[in-house]
Amino acid sequence: MRTWLYKADTQLSPYVYISPFFILFAVFGLFPLGYTAWVSLHDWSLLSDEHSFVGLGNYAELLADPYFWNALRNTLSILALSTIPQLILALILAHLVNRPLRAKTLWRLGMLLPNVTSVVAVVVIFSQLFGRDFGLINWLLESFGLGRIDWQAGVASSHVAIAAMITWRWTGYNALIFLAAMQAVPKELYESATLDGATAGQQLRKITIPSIRPTVIFVVIVSTIYGLQVFAEPQLFAGGGPNGIIGGPDRQFQTLTLYMYEHGFNRGFEFGYASATAWVMFGLIVLAAAVNYLITRRIRSSR
Amino acid sequence: MRAWTRRLLVPIMVTGLLATAACGSDEQPTGNEKITLNVALFGDFGFKPLYEEYSKAHPNITIKERISDYAAHHQSLISHLATGSGAADIEAVEIGYLSSFTATPNRFHNLLDLGAGSLESQWLPWKWQQGLSTDKKTLIGLGTDVGGMAMCYRTDLFKAAGLPTDREAVSKLWPTWDEYVATGKRYKAAAPKSYFMEASGNMFRAMVEQAPTGVYDDADKLIVDSNAAVKKAWDLTVDAIAADQSAKLAAWTPEWSAAFGKGTFATIVCPAWMTAYIETNAKDAAGKWDIAAVPGGAGSMGGSHLALPKQGKHAQAAYDLITWLTAPEQQKKIFKATGNFPSTPSLYTDPDLTGFSKPFFNNAPLGKIFTASAQAVQPQHQGPKQGDVFNTIGAGLGRIEQGKQSADDAWKQVLSDVAKLG
Repeated sequence: MRTWLYKADTQLSPYVYISPFFILFAVFGLFPLGYTAWVSLHDWSLLSDEHSFVGLGNYAELLADPYFWNALRNTLSILALSTIPQLILALILAHLVNRPLRAKTLWRLGMLLPNVTSVVAVVVIFSQLFGRDFGLINWLLESFGLGRIDWQAGVASSHVAIAAMITWRWTGYNALIFLAAMQAVPKELYESATLDGATAGQQLRKITIPSIRPTVIFVVIVSTIYGLQVFAEPQLFAGGGPNGIIGGPDRQFQTLTLYMYEHGFNRGFEFGYASATAWVMFGLIVLAAAVNYLITRRIRSSR
Repeated sequence: MRAWTRRLLVPIMVTGLLATAACGSDEQPTGNEKITLNVALFGDFGFKPLYEEYSKAHPNITIKERISDYAAHHQSLISHLATGSGAADIEAVEIGYLSSFTATPNRFHNLLDLGAGSLESQWLPWKWQQGLSTDKKTLIGLGTDVGGMAMCYRTDLFKAAGLPTDREAVSKLWPTWDEYVATGKRYKAAAPKSYFMEASGNMFRAMVEQAPTGVYDDADKLIVDSNAAVKKAWDLTVDAIAADQSAKLAAWTPEWSAAFGKGTFATIVCPAWMTAYIETNAKDAAGKWDIAAVPGGAGSMGGSHLALPKQGKHAQAAYDLITWLTAPEQQKKIFKATGNFPSTPSLYTDPDLTGFSKPFFNNAPLGKIFTASAQAVQPQHQGPKQGDVFNTIGAGLGRIEQGKQSADDAWKQVLSDVAKLG
């Protein structure tokens, strides 16, 4: 009896210990995912009791909708405008903080501050900076005689404004992750590089980046996933009201999540259609992560 | 306890606890002694002092209020209705969403079954009708306020532009919308750096809401493409945009709020509830604002109902509360506090209401103006996606304002977007 229980304990306990996560994931992760797939095959309006089966109809309609492609283009454009500068800035920042500095902890903690700020607060402040009539940036531009920019109205200008918010919020966070990886790089490498006369920039390119490759891959993929799902920034940038849902009257900054939200929570609450959008997004994100992985894996070749 | 049992049991218990915690419990009190009624609103309806009064008379009733913003409130209401739990006992529904519920009324208590039929005469006939389901057999909500329209304007900007400032004379400037736009052209000629109106969308909406039929016909069919009144409103609005009269502000944005105080525009279509927003956003401009008649006669813009979702367990108690909250006496108190105009015509002859004025609006007789406006409203049928249709057309006007499209292209896109809504 004892030995049997002992055996069961050693073999089962680990599974029981790790089960809470998987049970919760099944309930709140897998089930909704599967259910969403089921809903996406129906003409499923929240307010009506009838949910008729339409097969892949929602997907066909989605792929034929120019507004979907518009939202995809906007999302990719905002993603590129935010992720690339954000990662480069984060690398440089981490590299700078990784050098001998006074009050190290202060600088490192400071980098996390933008990230702990509520996204709503960030957007409210940035929306006022980018305001058309009373915004600080336009006031500056005008005082240099450059004229005003209607940030929300333009495609490029609105993407830049939204990307600025994302970059501001996530640069420090990514820098800290890079920093953690950089601390593990052997100091001797830098010492000998310094002796050989390598500059800080050369050390960053030739030693640091190749050494922290797995972390770079991780950060690129996580930022891409986040960037493809960006929602609060464009929604709040329009300042509430109907424009927040369609991303400006010309849909100039409607992202994929906003597109999904528009169909799910406006326009008759078409949950079937919104679920189809969610699944297409899921596919796109998996694809983007795979492409990212393949590209970033090639970093080594720069060594 | 032996070590192995602890190692095995603790995780099992933890898992179990997590599972039960996720289920939670919201048991209702048995018996009739203590009842808590939840009220869910968008924005402040001015009900707070009334709850205290009501609880004094009904010591067994506790009232809890939760307020979210307009869109979030209605979205969570709809998801709560769809999932069958989470809705408050009493939910406010704005007219833009009400028509989607009257088309599918089965998720609400029928107020006629609870005895509302005898109260019908309290309300404006059209306000009562709006709360009825399409087949007229179910009453979903009791009316709170109505959005009788007027035109709020800045006397200082009018003076600077050489226009009359007295509200009688101002009203005479624009018996029709054509004359309103013509006045706008005069205004722009005298004050080219300032704007005549805050946004063209409001003007368009006011014109359509004044027409006998709007974006839907009586059979809930979309008639944006065939209703001449809609096209006329569109064309005139486009005319105003072309004359650079609109400050191109999107409602409810920070820029919009700031513009009230800075005085960048001279007029705004002003349903009764709008007066509260002007007062909060333009604190420094007290006395500079005034109220004149709206062009084109009268119409209603906005207004809400109080409805009882079927999920609510205390239907009778909730019904008693909403009949009290929407009774004339209470509506009058709310009007004085927040500016939300009563939907109960018995008040329209009450000197206490008709004589009401506010120093902020240069002592304009708010009571008199909005009474006249509410009484003149011709009811218009509202369809299931009323709000979305207006938003779609508003986006089209926005594209013209932002210089993205010509008026013709914008109209074509509006028609195809609206057709997709149907």
